[in-house]
Amino acid sequence: MSFLSRGSSTPLTPAETQQRKEQVMNEVRSQLAVANAQELINKMGDKCFVKCITKPGDSLSPSEEGCIARCTERYLEAFNVISKQYVARVGREREAAATAAGGLGGEGLN
Amino acid sequence: MSAPQQQTGAEQLDLATQRELATFIEQEQTKAKLQATIHDMTSMCWDKCVTSSIGARFSKSEGTCLLNCVDRFLDTSKYLVKHLEERRG
Repeated sequence: MSFLSRGSSTPLTPAETQQRKEQVMNEVRSQLAVANAQELINKMGDKCFVKCITKPGDSLSPSEEGCIARCTERYLEAFNVISKQYVARVGREREAAATAAGGLGGEGLN
Repeated sequence: MSAPQQQTGAEQLDLATQRELATFIEQEQTKAKLQATIHDMTSMCWDKCVTSSIGARFSKSEGTCLLNCVDRFLDTSKYLVKHLEERRG
């Protein structure tokens, strides 16, 4: 990479470096957040369409709209519930693995 | 996002900062993978557990099913690996 930077402008000051670093980090964070939200919206759309629009008509009926509104709330709730449960389980397993590795033969028990 | 500009930006950063950013991006990728797993699991468990019409809140059995779904899925993959190892050995 060094050959590319040859002839580039003077090195950044520490403050500029810090600023650029934070720029990159924020960019990455926001891209990940957007991707996550898009995925959630796509999945929600699929699931709630299947659940609520059983027989597509000329337009969305009020009851279909009500169903979609409830469904999106429920899907988000399910996502949060599952996220919490999954993270808790992974944490427990990791702890058990660490204990097993540290102590004697606790393998397979958690 | 103009690529050339970003490249210049990265090149001007000192090595320590570049390393720090690399570590940061790795962590974010791990986070992204975790999120992807949770999306998959939510989709799967939704199909399994939310079988009746959508109410204002989950029924007790739906809520329990969602929680069990996560744990049984993980048990399944653990058991599967164990079973395959035993069969092989």
